[in-house]
Amino acid sequence: MDNTILISPVTRIEGHAKISLMLDETGEVKDAQFHVNEFRGFEKFCEGRMYTEMPTITPRICGICPTSHTLASVKACEMIQGIQPTYTANLLRRLMHIGQNLSSHALSFFHLSAPDFLLGYDSDPATRNILGVAEKYPDIAVRGIRLRKFGQELSQRITGKKIHIMGIVPGGMAYPLTEDNRRALLDWIPEAKETVKIALKLIKDFQAANEEMVYSFAPSPTLYLGTVGPNGEHELYDGKLRFMDSEGQILHDQLEPSRYLEFIAERPVSWSYLKYPYYKPLGFEKGIYRVGPLARLNVCNSMKTPLAQLEFEAFKKMNAGKPVHGTFFYHYTRLIETLGDVEIAESILNDPQVTSTHIQHHGQWNYAEGIGSSEAPRGTLFHHYKTDETGKLLNVNLLIATGQNNPSMNYSVLEVARQYVHGKDVKEGMLNRVESTIRCYDPCLSCSTHAMGQMPMAIEVLDFTGKQILNIRRD
Amino acid sequence: MAKKKLATVWLGGCSGCHMSLLDIDERILDVAKLADIVKCPVVDGKEFPDVDIALVEGSVTSDEHMREIKHIRKHSKILIALGDCAVMTNVTGMRNYFNLADVINASYLTAVSNDGEGEMPDNPQLLKLIDKVLPLQEVVRVDFVLPGCPPDADTIFYVLSEFLQDRVPNLAEAKKLKYG
Ligand code: SF4
Repeated sequence: MDNTILISPVTRIEGHAKISLMLDETGEVKDAQFHVNEFRGFEKFCEGRMYTEMPTITPRICGICPTSHTLASVKACEMIQGIQPTYTANLLRRLMHIGQNLSSHALSFFHLSAPDFLLGYDSDPATRNILGVAEKYPDIAVRGIRLRKFGQELSQRITGKKIHIMGIVPGGMAYPLTEDNRRALLDWIPEAKETVKIALKLIKDFQAANEEMVYSFAPSPTLYLGTVGPNGEHELYDGKLRFMDSEGQILHDQLEPSRYLEFIAERPVSWSYLKYPYYKPLGFEKGIYRVGPLARLNVCNSMKTPLAQLEFEAFKKMNAGKPVHGTFFYHYTRLIETLGDVEIAESILNDPQVTSTHIQHHGQWNYAEGIGSSEAPRGTLFHHYKTDETGKLLNVNLLIATGQNNPSMNYSVLEVARQYVHGKDVKEGMLNRVESTIRCYDPCLSCSTHAMGQMPMAIEVLDFTGKQILNIRRD
Repeated sequence: MAKKKLATVWLGGCSGCHMSLLDIDERILDVAKLADIVKCPVVDGKEFPDVDIALVEGSVTSDEHMREIKHIRKHSKILIALGDCAVMTNVTGMRNYFNLADVINASYLTAVSNDGEGEMPDNPQLLKLIDKVLPLQEVVRVDFVLPGCPPDADTIFYVLSEFLQDRVPNLAEAKKLKYG
């Protein structure tokens, strides 16, 4: 019997993602296919444009992590010009990047995940959302909304725009930070710190109360990739790459991002518009690696700030210094990062150079190829441009964070499905489990109105002729 | 005033317009007082109920979007094109200058990071891309256009609150009209 179970759509919107589960003869789950249903074609349509346009075109890949795209893009441009941004420009870029990381992480935790933690996985789906949280725990909901707002303000106050900022240019920044705006941003710090601490307590209490569940949550070991600073410290904006194996051995360290093609390859698959990247030395099947907060905390040696460092040490103890594989701990690591973000924002805002107007070096086209990378909220991303001698783009390659988590997301879904699906017998809670597994990765493809509530889901069980034999829905 | 029903939908876009909607921050609670946010518009039509206002982000890029936007039109009293992609295809429509097969090949066949193996995406579960990306009004009647990439949060809030209180917003008069 070749039965297929289809879950559609995974996102609450018209199917940017769907899931099919393939059963074997005995009705056990044999395979899972996570279908990503989005394609826009940036690689092609950027061809023929000037490379300097890329920092304003590529943020439109994603409205949640536009700044990470701009940064990877502008770094590729800087490699083409052979120049470096000014000291102050680096501070401002870091601030905006932290802002985006913060608002994206706040969205993931407060808007998307907190409803499950606070109201319960089995509470009424109609109110299991941020508005439901606002009714029961108004203080927490408003704090979450405001934490996200602080992140967005960091861009707004530097470049006048919250989304698809225009101010990051090759060689530096187009706008300085004014003293008034610096002060206005500093005013946010105490509240933001307090909010992240509250969130951390929430997640730790939840983890303690639900130990069995959180540890059994798609716990398969993978490799990890993340950016680190010169001493192996946690880094989001400007560092080198580190690959770690599932036992915690460092496979490669301080790799220039421009060497990414030596270590990463990807393969298109018939069931998804999202390709399957893998760690090249181990090959397609074995080279599954993960990126994002869990990966970054697994690979790094330390955090850069005191409060985040304390939390990091607690996290490291969870598996005696070895990588933590449980997918649920994406939430925890996301919040540890968020705490670090607030602390770093504070220290940058207190740097006297931050309001300097020496914000841009000027360069011109010098080299035909440029590669840039940065850590998006969801993981490492790469932009790779080749140009002709007038600066016109001949070739564009983009390797995006969620893409790199694609193989492991698919595998995590398979793990959950094996636990919950046996033939026609689909256990209650399956929908929620699959959904929350995917939500751990906080994939870009299921963002936006996600914030408004729960994903509707349907599991359709089809026999091998395509006839529906079972249909479970949650609207 | 009876509570209105509000839906928001994401077609071929980057979700930036939805993020800008979230940038109304605490004012989302004011919106929630005037409207129930109907959260789950889905493609097969069963879950997208009759609503008073539908905010639609993104362009029409595929057979699924086609079906969906027609369905949304049928079930919405007021359909708002949210953002430049919905209004005039914007960045999403930049692929219109190329042949669709070339656009697909650049990602799945010739990308420098590809390993030369694998298959082209062609599963029946995947949406079928249409040759040219279309703005909403080429497919359905649109009642209000709200341009910007994304439109800023204040503008979105202004438009929403006007409609929710049975007034017609006027972007020009409110000095809130902008593209890009
Ligand atoms: S208009 Fe801009 S922000 Fe909105 S979906 Fe399109 S690219 Fe994204």
